[in-house]
Amino acid sequence: MDAFESIKVTFFQECDEQLAELENGLMALEAGDGDGEVINAVFRAVHSVKGGAGAFGYEDLVKFAHTFETALDLMRSGKLAIDADAVRVMLRASDVLADLVHAARDGGSVDQERCDTLAEELTLLASGESKPAAMLEPEEEEDSFGFTPLQIALDDTPAPSGRWRIKFKPHQALYAKGNDPLFLLREVARLGECEIEMDADGVPSLDALDPDGSYLSWTVYLDGEKAESDIRDIFDFVESDCDLVIDREGAAPKPVVEIVPPVAATPAVAAPRAVAPARAEPEHRDEAEPGKAAASAGGASASAPPAATIRVDLERVDRLIDLVGELVINQAMLAQRVGETGAVERSSSVALGLDELEQLTRELQDSVMAIRAQPVKSVFQRMPRLVREIATATGKQVRLVMEGEGTEVDKTVIERLSDPITHMLRNAVDHGLEGPDERIDAGKPAEGTIKLAALHRSGRIVIEVSDDGRGINRERVRAKAIEKGLISPDVPMSDEEIDNIIFLPGFSTASAISDISGRGVGMDVVKRSIQALGGRISITSQPGRGSTFTLSLPLTLAVLDGMVVTSAEQTLIAPLTTIIETLQPKDGEVHRMGPNRAVLSVRDSFVPLIDVGVSLGFHETPTSPTDGVILLVESEGGGRAALLVDAIQGQRQVVIKSLEANYQRVEGVAAATILGDGRVALILDVDGLVAQRAADNRTSDPIPLAKAG
Amino acid sequence: MTDINSANRIELISFRIGDQEYCVDIMAVREIRGWAAATPLPHSPAYVRGVINLRGAVLPIIDLANRLGFGATETSARNVIIVVRIGGRVVGLLVDAVSEILTTTADAVQPTPDVACDAVKKFVKGILAVEGRMISWIVLDQILPDDAVLEVAA
Repeated sequence: MDAFESIKVTFFQECDEQLAELENGLMALEAGDGDGEVINAVFRAVHSVKGGAGAFGYEDLVKFAHTFETALDLMRSGKLAIDADAVRVMLRASDVLADLVHAARDGGSVDQERCDTLAEELTLLASGESKPAAMLEPEEEEDSFGFTPLQIALDDTPAPSGRWRIKFKPHQALYAKGNDPLFLLREVARLGECEIEMDADGVPSLDALDPDGSYLSWTVYLDGEKAESDIRDIFDFVESDCDLVIDREGAAPKPVVEIVPPVAATPAVAAPRAVAPARAEPEHRDEAEPGKAAASAGGASASAPPAATIRVDLERVDRLIDLVGELVINQAMLAQRVGETGAVERSSSVALGLDELEQLTRELQDSVMAIRAQPVKSVFQRMPRLVREIATATGKQVRLVMEGEGTEVDKTVIERLSDPITHMLRNAVDHGLEGPDERIDAGKPAEGTIKLAALHRSGRIVIEVSDDGRGINRERVRAKAIEKGLISPDVPMSDEEIDNIIFLPGFSTASAISDISGRGVGMDVVKRSIQALGGRISITSQPGRGSTFTLSLPLTLAVLDGMVVTSAEQTLIAPLTTIIETLQPKDGEVHRMGPNRAVLSVRDSFVPLIDVGVSLGFHETPTSPTDGVILLVESEGGGRAALLVDAIQGQRQVVIKSLEANYQRVEGVAAATILGDGRVALILDVDGLVAQRAADNRTSDPIPLAKAG
Repeated sequence: MTDINSANRIELISFRIGDQEYCVDIMAVREIRGWAAATPLPHSPAYVRGVINLRGAVLPIIDLANRLGFGATETSARNVIIVVRIGGRVVGLLVDAVSEILTTTADAVQPTPDVACDAVKKFVKGILAVEGRMISWIVLDQILPDDAVLEVAA
């Protein structure tokens, strides 16, 4: 049972891959750059899903996949035109197929009505053609998951003439792609009574034998009633990886070695295996396997062999990353100590060794971080479906163009990308794009285009969502913001400032709350979740031409770009993303407000001044602002504040260490890190500091140490 | 015989704070290391000396003397940090010096006499008499600041 369950798990994993393949293929077809190979890939994907599903008895899934496959087969054989409508139906069918697979896996239910509708549409699509789909059914039904062994007559009597003679000699590539002649021969055997001969003459002596080589060939004699195309279909996926000759038998040639019944006789099957073990795992053949194996034989044949991968527990990788971070710190410490002794000359072997060590540790760190890096594809591939569904719901025609799916980013970031992207796409379809009529009136194609792109830019990942819709209606946005009291009516605002209003909390332009993007979540939430990741989001918009949302995120959440500052003799790190600018206040720029508050005037606007040392309780008497340095920061809520510190030491990338792991949350501190000298430095929680200041209504400056004890 | 012995046996590490001796269960102790300057944490009780880097982990240092109600420890290179595991957390205890490993049985642990002040009673599970010395057995569960208490104070 366990083995069965684990095969099932593998099946569903493969299903996910097949579904992704299917969707990719269909989208290529939709984009018009699909050739025969793409259609084949699409067909194989559905076929594999069906085959596996049959083996596990998922009737609904098999039924739907079969209908789907029938339509695809017509398309594959050129009997059904690959036009936009057909592809669109198929895309939706692929969504349903995905639903069915997930329902089969998780035990949920599917929208039966939707499923039936699409099955009907597919049938309609298929039956609209000259050849009824039903013709193909019996054979398809059988070859994928009906693995009842066939009884094959074993006799040496000369075969009746007029039979098909199929000469099949696999190349090494066929084995390399995970195909097994056994399955192919079994398929042939299903077509009718047949005789199979194996030719082992090509097998060299053991010392010359390449264990991965292909030395065997087979000749199959099959009853002549079947059409040649039926036979060719079986070898369809492997044709390029074997020599295949199919002809009518003239004179019956003599059996060369022995007659190999494809299913029943184990020794005959085992013999070639012992000589040429081409497949990696020949032992895996319990009763549950053929379904899966058939699926993989069908699915893997034409696609390139996947790069070898292993699945590793994420915890182990994290541990490794921790250790390497430690090594980097240690190496820096060692270099510093050696430098401090002053006894080591720059050209000495010790110094050279240290240089090399530094390089190696850097490389090691990069490679280890790369382990956790993943292409954004895993997030992107969920989006086409989302867009299709919103488009259907809003009655708009949308084409989603994706770029840079291969862009890699740390796993910790990947997991958090999905929500903001989902939200931005929803917004783009729902608010950004116009309806088809409006678009045509505006002289644009009825189908709107949304582009989702990922790219690396200066050590960060940038995600862009752009549409060619109506752009931001600035007048309406401004009026709305005034109406909601978010801005004052008499402040002149630049276009850019107005565009950014949409990020303000409590702002939503859709006049009626729509089902799509009006779930009580606005762009402010998107902005906040991005900022929580140390990212930024911005918008550019051209009326009538569309809008572009750009969000940039750090490549990893394990490290952070920080400004190293000192305050009250403590080294602190301020996240670089929060800092707008740094400045040295002059006399007269700091204004006292009340007994112990101060504001800083920055180009005619006043921002609250926060003495970091006092705020954190490191010292009681505030630093004189003119002696220190100001970090002008922007908090999540968009509010600005001026953080007063003693000095800035520089910028550096730091590894984020949690304080909560061994202690607890500390107010005003986001996390900790370890500096080059091995000491712990605290990373400032800028939002916390600003919020704390705002909430602090005491009449005197707090003395936190006394208060807490 | 040995089974009963081992089942009953307790191993403890004893250490000094000022001129008094205390001990903790050896099973909780991860390592013992020398004093290194800690980075102070804002808004923390005085007995939390700050955090140090232990091979990549950031761990808080509890000044045990201060926690027990003595004054803050004047630290020098002679001070010792006993790294202990409390629940899922790893914490450093700042003490003056580590003395020895004691092997005793649960029967030998005497209840804390009533004279002890509240602060000590909260942390002392019992006392041991070893060669005429008195060693107090400290339970670690309450050593860390209570989250709730801290929140109220903050």
